[in-house]
Amino acid sequence: MKHSLYLGAALSCVFLFAALISFLWTPYDHTALDIPSRLQGPNKAHWLGTDHFGRDILSMLMVGARTSLAVALVSVGIGMCIGVPLGLWAAARKGGWADEIIMRTNDLIFAFPSLVIAILITSIMGAGATNAILAIGIFNIPVFARVARGAALPIWEREFILAARVAGKGPVRISQEHILPNILNLLIVQGTIQFSLGILAEAGLSYVGLGAQPPTPSWGRMLADAQTLVAIAPHIALMPGVAIILTVLGLNLMGDGLRDYLDPKLRVSRA
Amino acid sequence: MSLLSIRDLSITIDDTPILKSVSFDIAEGEIVAVTGESGSGKSMTAMSVIQLLPKSARQTGEVVLDGEDMVTMPENALCDRRGQTVGMVFQEPMTALNPVQTIGAQVSETIRVHTGASLAEAKARAAEVLERVGLPADRFPLSRYPHELSGGQRQRVVIAMAIALRPKLLIADEPTTALDVTTQAQILDLLKDLVSDFGMGLLMITHDLAVVADMADRIVVMRHGEIVEQGQTQALLRDMQHPYTKMLFEASRHQVDMPAPQDSAPLLELKDVVRDYDLPRRSLFAARESYRAVKGVSFKIDHGERVGLVGESGCGKSTLTKAILGLEPIQGGSIRLDGAPVDADHPGTRRQMQVVFQDPFGSFNPRHRVDRLITEPLHLLDTPPEGSERSDLVAQTLTAVGLSPDDARKYPHQFSGGQRQRIAIARALIIRPQLILFDEAVSALDVSVRAQILDLLAHLCADYGLAYLFISHDLSVVRSVTDRVLIMRAGEIVEQGASQDVFANPQHPYTQSLIAAAPVLPDLTQETAHV
Amino acid sequence: MLRYTLKRLLSLIVSLLAASVVIFLLIEIAPGDPASFMLGVNARPDTLAALQAELGLDVPKWQRYLNWIGGMVTGDFGTSYQYRTPVAQMVADRLWVSLPLALFALVLSTVIALPAGIFAAARRGQAGDIAVMGATQLGVAIPNFWFAMMLVLVFAINLGWFSAGGFAGWDQGLFAGLKSLTLPAVALALPQAAILARVMRSALLDVLGEDFMRSARAKGLTERQALWRHGLRNALIPVLTILGLQFAFLIAGGIIIEQVFYLPGLGRLIFQSISARDLIVVESVVMLLVFAVIMVNFIVDLAYAAVDPRLRLRT
Repeated sequence: MKHSLYLGAALSCVFLFAALISFLWTPYDHTALDIPSRLQGPNKAHWLGTDHFGRDILSMLMVGARTSLAVALVSVGIGMCIGVPLGLWAAARKGGWADEIIMRTNDLIFAFPSLVIAILITSIMGAGATNAILAIGIFNIPVFARVARGAALPIWEREFILAARVAGKGPVRISQEHILPNILNLLIVQGTIQFSLGILAEAGLSYVGLGAQPPTPSWGRMLADAQTLVAIAPHIALMPGVAIILTVLGLNLMGDGLRDYLDPKLRVSRA
Repeated sequence: MSLLSIRDLSITIDDTPILKSVSFDIAEGEIVAVTGESGSGKSMTAMSVIQLLPKSARQTGEVVLDGEDMVTMPENALCDRRGQTVGMVFQEPMTALNPVQTIGAQVSETIRVHTGASLAEAKARAAEVLERVGLPADRFPLSRYPHELSGGQRQRVVIAMAIALRPKLLIADEPTTALDVTTQAQILDLLKDLVSDFGMGLLMITHDLAVVADMADRIVVMRHGEIVEQGQTQALLRDMQHPYTKMLFEASRHQVDMPAPQDSAPLLELKDVVRDYDLPRRSLFAARESYRAVKGVSFKIDHGERVGLVGESGCGKSTLTKAILGLEPIQGGSIRLDGAPVDADHPGTRRQMQVVFQDPFGSFNPRHRVDRLITEPLHLLDTPPEGSERSDLVAQTLTAVGLSPDDARKYPHQFSGGQRQRIAIARALIIRPQLILFDEAVSALDVSVRAQILDLLAHLCADYGLAYLFISHDLSVVRSVTDRVLIMRAGEIVEQGASQDVFANPQHPYTQSLIAAAPVLPDLTQETAHV
Repeated sequence: MLRYTLKRLLSLIVSLLAASVVIFLLIEIAPGDPASFMLGVNARPDTLAALQAELGLDVPKWQRYLNWIGGMVTGDFGTSYQYRTPVAQMVADRLWVSLPLALFALVLSTVIALPAGIFAAARRGQAGDIAVMGATQLGVAIPNFWFAMMLVLVFAINLGWFSAGGFAGWDQGLFAGLKSLTLPAVALALPQAAILARVMRSALLDVLGEDFMRSARAKGLTERQALWRHGLRNALIPVLTILGLQFAFLIAGGIIIEQVFYLPGLGRLIFQSISARDLIVVESVVMLLVFAVIMVNFIVDLAYAAVDPRLRLRT
């Protein structure tokens, strides 16, 4: 299981570094048109080939990684920062009206698939990366609320929580000191899963034109542009797809590995 | 020839030896009890007979059942023997049955798998078997699901599954450990009946020496995967050879030297305490109904007095505990500690009272070190000690419960069950409360460890003049560590009085039935030496 | 059982009402008046007022909500701002593409995933398990619309077995219709099947560790018999949950996949309507999608009760 953690972390880091390096350097200017050398396959000058305007695909992928990672990261952040406190609150007030309202609202959001939320937001505010973040982030809130509540409930039943209550601690302090540290592992694992789902969702949204708008490059739109050309130059559809798959695969492997590594039961048996 | 003959059986799992050269026999119609503390390998012995061992287990030796060696038998032949030649009953009746199948389907499955009987025939047989184990079809139709039955009734279904084809050997692995004492007595009677009726051999695995002495024809005592001693029950009880056996029996009957209680000013006073739970609404428009878990309970605990609270599961004793601790509101009556009401608004009252729970694994946050764990109640003080004052207090408290001051930097998983219970006591003790509630605090411990913890209680009573409420289902333990005892049933205290009087001469029929049902170790004529 | 059903039904209605309010409010805060959008900036006030009256925009908001929701219930979804035709008719035509696509994909995903999950669980740790799990790990990572493009490249462009896009129409016969939905359904189903297979496997493995499985073995059932007779039904409970959630993803995913294959489904309708600011169509289609998701979850709830007798008693 260690292998999947390392392999996943390595894959994820490759794309993270690619995104970071793109701020300083890319092989070519990702917006530079070079019509004479368009639709080239992978070669020495253009490692991953060029698109129909002769732009360097590697450079576009590196800059596109920024968009993908940023959208996914911020939307996971939104989901965690709002969802986790809500879930903890619901768990602390299990069966009360707060729990009921939070969980019913969650169910309601789940009834709107994230793409439908994105469509609604876009039809109100127009397309763009910010709205993609909002759409994916809103959908992350109930996910984290549910995971946090689900993990917190059995811990509330544990005797050390009773002991803390006997020691006079209130629900907020107990949630901070006892509940949160014990569910953090789970939240981190869920975070990597939502992060990878966020990358897929962002790609889908920009593919249908609801995500980042030109000239901001994104993997999803590269695929949309490639669609009509897939018969002539398959590589321009292949490259962004492989980038998405490898990033998501890396994050998922890392999540699986982390779960096994962080599982307290395993840790106890190692001690 | 004996029915079951285990010869030199050794089992290792991932190179860890679990059983070391175990040998014993069971004859037809004989009850053999295998006993020992946790980690003794007694359950693994049971699983080796039915050959349901973990995949990574490696075994050598012989397990000859009815003339055939189970160790070398191929899997399909083993499936044929299981349920037909040998049946098994497990510890946890709540999870041993498939929740989505009816009891009739589960009992008749044993029959159909082996005999090819038609569905109707198997159903008819299943009804007979269920009737035999005390679940007649007119009151417990075959279409019942497990969740509609109580724990004792579910255990009867498990037994029915195991004996449906009248196997020659029945294995019972801690069959009554999860049950209340009166239910336990009924299930043990049923097992004894079945053995004499069917002439089965019974291999009984249990940690409870009183049950062993009561049931078994022969006893096998195990420790760390080895048999330390075995023999006919009467002979072995009369003349124990191995010091470990002696220690086990000694610890089971351990009597604690309690210091005499000091003064008699009332400390905790409960008057007509009522606790209702809201039930979920039956429909949107119906008024909420509630369930009364505690029905007007009144009692007092004096300063320095040790009181026991005894009752079976569901009698309301846990609910009452939470109410006394001020963790849940009460709907009637009053709870006063030293004259002041107990509730969340009076931290001054709460610091006089602490609690020790049953589960030595669940009662600590696994991520905190011992010093942080045991200083949590200091939060209740107006000026919690800091710096060296605090670490002195930690060291002093750890020493008082028999641990070392160095243990303060360790995590709870680095301790054994008994040590964790010492840590739990340290946490309760650190703010010097007047009253400690022990909620089943020794129920999960092995007998030898339990004896040590009970001794610790006696010491602490002598040193600190402690009063406590000792909540337990175990009558013999309550008897030895309390001055006075309360018997609780269905939310009410049905009897209370000095412990010796109540146990020697119970007045209420319920108390009488409890005491009659509890298995006791026979008083042995020969004096056993202290270890 | 009846009480359980009624309770679920009540929560279904409450969810639908809440969802409709949310959708209505969101569309309401969208800037711009549809009538002035349609007529342009130079429209005469009386023409504008007449159009607003025709579109039902001249009444208070709460009344418009009631009109809308009342219309939805009776099958009158209003009139498209853009085409001036009944929305219900437009939606009904598209639904005949989108709904079969989602169902086709759901069936495909289930038919692939459940056996794969059971196969892997029964061979835990062996080569078969590792192969299936590796494939699902990859499947989970593949974006369905990219997968769709690759399917087109291989099966339509290179092999020529299917057409690269468009919909034959059901009037060409069931086979022709299904054939033009096959590649889209495969593209939708495979990534979902990967998730479902993983859930099936881990649910089964969880059940295998339960005490009642040991009881079943002690009765004399073989490992395989115990798995089929006792393991499977208990493992279905978490699988059902995921299946319900998947339908939501399939509906949403369908919107994107329709773009890849140029299918005249709800997805294309919704994008066309957004660009034309035909908000009443967006509103109605979104409501319809949400209705489908909530309905499926209702059915899943009922299926729970069929699988798990403990739920039938609970109120």
